[in-house]
Amino acid sequence: MNYTLLAAIGVALAIATDAAVLRTRLLRQRGFWVAYAIVLFFQLVTNGVLTGLPVVRYDADRILGLRIIYAPIEDLLFAFAMVTITLSVWVWLGARVRRPRRQR
Amino acid sequence: MHATYLLLLAACVVGTLPLEFVLHTRVYAQWLRLIGTLVPVVLVFGAWDLLAIHQHTWGYNAKYLVGVTLPGRLPLEELLFFLVIPTCSILAFEAVRARQPEWFRE
Repeated sequence: MNYTLLAAIGVALAIATDAAVLRTRLLRQRGFWVAYAIVLFFQLVTNGVLTGLPVVRYDADRILGLRIIYAPIEDLLFAFAMVTITLSVWVWLGARVRRPRRQR
Repeated sequence: MHATYLLLLAACVVGTLPLEFVLHTRVYAQWLRLIGTLVPVVLVFGAWDLLAIHQHTWGYNAKYLVGVTLPGRLPLEELLFFLVIPTCSILAFEAVRARQPEWFRE
């Protein structure tokens, strides 16, 4: 399976994790998008270094070929999925730890 | 330089570390919650990385790696990537939340 399709599936799974699986609903919060914008800025810098040198090389047949500061567009989708799932699990775990204490 | 990728990750750790102390993000302080978050992320996205390496979707330039390779031809730096970048993302998230808690309501 090519990277483009996998990356799109990753984004869909991340959205599903936040909206339906863990129900953290981060994608509806302004703060999430502000944090994501900050992460995205630094990602463009570090990903630019990794793909510009390049530390990482891609099979041209498995990506669209659309690049932003050397990084394939698929890397942005991969990172969005990773960051969203990370924050969703983080927030979900935080709520789980706090809840039992409140019930006492 | 063989340490290039490793130094890039180190810069991410060092660059975000002040957030923990200046904005009191309490990310490293809640280390158990951090580990609980990182484990599934490493498993899912590490598996994706291994698949991509196996299918030759991407590959790593040995010139910029320290040379420690894990099973599945995964460079050590890639495993660290899945620990460092999610941790930095959580720090950014908690930093925004520390400054603007009202932005985290639906």
